[in-house]
Amino acid sequence: MKRVAIVGYAQHPILKNAGALNEVELIMPVVHQLFNDLGISQKDIDFTCSGSCDYLQGAAFAFVEGLSAIQTNPPIKESHVEMDAAWAMYESMLKIQMGDAETALIYGFGKSSPGDLDAIISLQMDPYYISPLWPDRVSLAALQARVLLDQNIITPEQMLATVIEARANSKNNKNALITDLINESDYLNNAMVSSPLNQLDCPPISDGSSAMIIASEEKAYEFTDHPIWIEGIDHRIESSNLGSRNLAASNTLQASMNQLNLKNIKFEVAELHTQFSHELPFLKSLLNLQDVPVNLSGGPLVGNVMMCAGLDAIGKTYEALKENQFTHGLAHATSGPCLQHNMLVHLEAQK
Amino acid sequence: MSSEDTPKDYSESPINLEYFYTAGSATTRFLNQVKEGNIVGQACPKCKAVYVPPRGSCPRCGVATDIEVPLTDKGCIESFTVVHIPIPGNPIVPPYVCAMIRLDGANISFLHLIQEVEIEEIRIGMRIQAVWKPKEEWTHSLENIKWFAPIDEPDVDVATLRFQES
Repeated sequence: MKRVAIVGYAQHPILKNAGALNEVELIMPVVHQLFNDLGISQKDIDFTCSGSCDYLQGAAFAFVEGLSAIQTNPPIKESHVEMDAAWAMYESMLKIQMGDAETALIYGFGKSSPGDLDAIISLQMDPYYISPLWPDRVSLAALQARVLLDQNIITPEQMLATVIEARANSKNNKNALITDLINESDYLNNAMVSSPLNQLDCPPISDGSSAMIIASEEKAYEFTDHPIWIEGIDHRIESSNLGSRNLAASNTLQASMNQLNLKNIKFEVAELHTQFSHELPFLKSLLNLQDVPVNLSGGPLVGNVMMCAGLDAIGKTYEALKENQFTHGLAHATSGPCLQHNMLVHLEAQK
Repeated sequence: MSSEDTPKDYSESPINLEYFYTAGSATTRFLNQVKEGNIVGQACPKCKAVYVPPRGSCPRCGVATDIEVPLTDKGCIESFTVVHIPIPGNPIVPPYVCAMIRLDGANISFLHLIQEVEIEEIRIGMRIQAVWKPKEEWTHSLENIKWFAPIDEPDVDVATLRFQES
């Protein structure tokens, strides 16, 4: 496999409601910031790939308009995933592996404020049996939380600790949307949204964008003296039929861990795309991260831009490795209900 | 077999999503001017191309179009088509003409109606000017312009309108 490195990452401050700013106006600042930081332009990019969801904008082919944010003349090689931009990064990785590109720009964007996110997300379900019931995202997450609690895989105390810690960690993240601290009684007195999840167990409605640049080994050092290497990347999906899944386990995540041979790696930091408080202790135990600092950025509980938060987990791991002299970091991105589709990315800083 | 036992081979599940649509801050600035009867395009700070209606960025350069450029309501027909098929809900009776309108000083065109002229006389390069609705009816929409109508000026060679990169 060709070695590929992350050479830059930029994130728009996460907003509760971006108001009049449209998607293009959210993307431009992060792409420009990346280019300025690295002293490059679109001409240095071989392949551009974005991640977004047209249902969030409520317009067909809305992602095409997003391209107006970048320089497309002379014509560029470009692609899009109707997924979190973490998968746009995966596609870019493949493009570099195939020898079609040496450098790639990835960006993700999403505004959840204009629509009804619960209704929109329910449309990703199987269209015959589940979507017509309009199950909202919180109820689906609550289903898994209930299974995990009932089987004693996680505890209510762990969920509480996750929420309190996310708020405390938001101080490490200049772009966090939610920064106010809470205590145990704030949590216990919060109204249930869908038992066992209360408002504080759920991520905030968020608007924003992020961008990242990756490059092959030959190009990476032209862009930066400190590339962070993508040592391993793997993603797997489980059945779209919720009834056929075991929500208390994740065989696919286990398979990804084996594929990436993670068990002998001493991770110093991890960023997990855990949108609901019960998901963090669950994944920590699945991924053997009990003693590893996880979601030092606060994670999705302090800002959860749809179609971006997975890329952000990779970006925040990249930043943590760069800023803290760590060697190994693990990033996780997810898609679908109840952690249906998961990506693991093993990042390494060279000493 | 009673009717309740008849197997169903389909079910209806209508999808209806509601959005609070925002035009974007650049288009909002444009529409606020249109409400006052002014057409204000936006120019790219790099290649100087003037966009009307502006969408906030220059797709040629990938930068925000932050220079406001007041334009006239005169221009020429860059291209047109004669519509013969009625569109449900559209009050205009066919045949009528939709044209790409290139305002003087702009580098892109937009779609609008051509009226007050025989269809056979309409041609590419023809000079035209906006016919506005009464001021009381103005809103945040290019529909403040009822249509464009020909004016007595010599035709323009549209080949000369091609954007020249400076």
